[in-house]
Amino acid sequence: MAGETPTAPTTMTGAQALVASLERMGVDVVFGIPGGAILPAYDPLYDSKVRHILVRHEQGAGHAAEGYAVATGRVGVCIATSGPGATNLVTPLADAYMDSVPIVAITGQVNSSFIGTDAFQEADIRGITMPVTKHNYLITRTEDIPKAIKEAFHIASTGRPGPVLVDISKDALVDSARFVWPAQVKMASYRPTVRPHLGQVRQAAKMIAEAERPVLYIGGGVLKARASEELKTFVEMTGIPVVTTLMARGAFPDSHDLALGMPGMHGAVAAVGAIQRSDLLIAIGTRFDDRVTGRLDSFAPLAKVIHADIDPAEISKNRVADLPIVGDAKAVLEGLITASQDLQRTDLTAWQTWVDSLKRRYPTRFDDQTEDGSLSPQYVIRRLGEISGPETIFAAGVGQHQMWAAHFLPFERPDKWLNSGGLGTMGYCVPAAMGAKVGQPDAVVWGIDGDGCFQMTNQELVTCALNDIPVKIAVINNESLGMVRQWQTLFYEGRYSNTDLQSRRIPDFPKLAEAMGAVGLRAETVDEVDEVINQAMAINDRPVVVEFVVHKDAMVWPMVAAGTSNDEIKIARDLAPEWEEEVL
Amino acid sequence: MSTHTLSVLVYNRPGVLTRIAGLFSRRGFNIESLTVGVTEKPELSRMTVVATVDDEIALEQIVKQLNKLIEVLKVIELEDNAVQRMMALIKVRSDSDHRSQIIDTVSLFRGKAVDVSHDSITVEATGSRDKISALISMLEPFGILELVQSGQVSLGRGARSITDRTRSDLRRAAED
Repeated sequence: MAGETPTAPTTMTGAQALVASLERMGVDVVFGIPGGAILPAYDPLYDSKVRHILVRHEQGAGHAAEGYAVATGRVGVCIATSGPGATNLVTPLADAYMDSVPIVAITGQVNSSFIGTDAFQEADIRGITMPVTKHNYLITRTEDIPKAIKEAFHIASTGRPGPVLVDISKDALVDSARFVWPAQVKMASYRPTVRPHLGQVRQAAKMIAEAERPVLYIGGGVLKARASEELKTFVEMTGIPVVTTLMARGAFPDSHDLALGMPGMHGAVAAVGAIQRSDLLIAIGTRFDDRVTGRLDSFAPLAKVIHADIDPAEISKNRVADLPIVGDAKAVLEGLITASQDLQRTDLTAWQTWVDSLKRRYPTRFDDQTEDGSLSPQYVIRRLGEISGPETIFAAGVGQHQMWAAHFLPFERPDKWLNSGGLGTMGYCVPAAMGAKVGQPDAVVWGIDGDGCFQMTNQELVTCALNDIPVKIAVINNESLGMVRQWQTLFYEGRYSNTDLQSRRIPDFPKLAEAMGAVGLRAETVDEVDEVINQAMAINDRPVVVEFVVHKDAMVWPMVAAGTSNDEIKIARDLAPEWEEEVL
Repeated sequence: MSTHTLSVLVYNRPGVLTRIAGLFSRRGFNIESLTVGVTEKPELSRMTVVATVDDEIALEQIVKQLNKLIEVLKVIELEDNAVQRMMALIKVRSDSDHRSQIIDTVSLFRGKAVDVSHDSITVEATGSRDKISALISMLEPFGILELVQSGQVSLGRGARSITDRTRSDLRRAAED
């Protein structure tokens, strides 16, 4: 890194110091929009090698930074001005906080002498974002800027990753000071535990070797720790079935015999069933989210729990762990591999056979044919995956299409799946896909969005068109807020209050795409699906939007109704799986 | 339900109190009292938090969430025998007939009068929560005009200080 060589301190403005700090952190791209308070920073940015991508809404800048971070494993950066610019970043910050995405947000603030006076475009963004950031700063002195930036990147990217906001007053950007780049970050109050306690790991290995019905419950922490290889080694060594949460799709290849798919409210029967029957859950980098556990007191009722996470506060937060391990997922898995080497293991054949029978009898499936001949959304998503292949980066919005994508895309590689899991942010897809494409320009990036989600943030396609960011967006148009509609079907007697978006009439998605400088395509029949996907795959000089007009009554199955036990999983309306296979 | 006293060592910086108070309200933790003041080192502040929790797990969660805040240096739970004090200023209605009676009552609690007028007397008292509430109930019949109480401040007994124990000790403690 350029910052390691000590140079004679030079005097520069805060704005110059900010840009110099970003350069020293190795930042190659930032997403942002200028405005009054942040304006001084944009002047040195004009000359910098840091690429600034001018987005159309600050929310887009934030999600783009997230998409960049997930796709590259590096810290994503977004910039906004004070007041409304900063408040528009709140949603992506909250999103990044829930999903542990390392981003740094830089916001301008009014002059320090005006702070607290309700000045023009003043908002207490540090106060506003305290609950949704890992940490945040208000900097009012020029000389504090380099240290704050270096610390922000350190905090965002180490331990449990997360968003950090640095709010800088305009006078701090304008004034000058000696630029002193701290040689290293020294923070007595922040030292994440990365190496797990060896005794705990050995104890875990022993419990694992003795278990009869163990399940590896794998979360996004395994992807963040880049531990997919270690996971695979451990699974092959032990023969333990694996479930991967929504945030961990791709951490373990779905094509593997021991992959049971996604657990939870819309989880695969095999994944949910295995957890409910398990005698030992080995939870790594995951947080027992309510969408995974269902009714907590009946979640995995027979299981002891080994819970490994880099964030000690997650351990025993929802489900009390019988054996806690604080540490990085990669280090934990490496430790488990070593500690399991010479252990005598219980024969898991009976368990694997039972789990496999669930997998065989209850694959997550759908009807290719709909009653009226309209397109099945699941079919469209499956074809998108099959045609574009497992090297493709997929970003999803939130709702039915997200769940279908989580089931029917090919999850074979890590870091190819972007979605808003914890916060469930509609509008995440288009800007996140944009950020991913900027971070991985050689990869094919498909966004799988809903007609509702798409209408929240689609203006970033303008940004994509103008900045040579050729993302492909599939709009799964079921004319409604589909997931909410599904709940209305199931729990509100089909009273469709305000879920009909009428988006077959308005907007005309291909025309909207064309207006934004993208190519607009549409498919309405099965025959057209492959054709438009192939057409989209062939376009690499512009963004593409493909509208798939699909059946609006398609539902996401399996499903565990909110607040009920995972034992109550249904594979279709009023249809529960048989846990034991009848032997004739 | 049980009540616990936590000592929290934090950087003495603007906004730290907001972070801690915000954490408690956001996570739904019940706090009975929270006090803050600068320590022997001016760059550090020490907070005393009295929290009521359902069980040990809930207390552990509070400690862990506090530890996650970047500006928190250390969190310790004080033992039951720690020195615990709070202070109250109580303005009581008093005419010349009752004044000496009030002063007698207050001196039983080792409190003292700090202001007096023709029809009122203000007393101060320090002590444990129980002692202060006992004093208040004794003074109630005279008519309490105004009452203000500090939160609780606490220190562990013996020579050991909060800065003796290292963070890794605490983390291990949280793991065990």
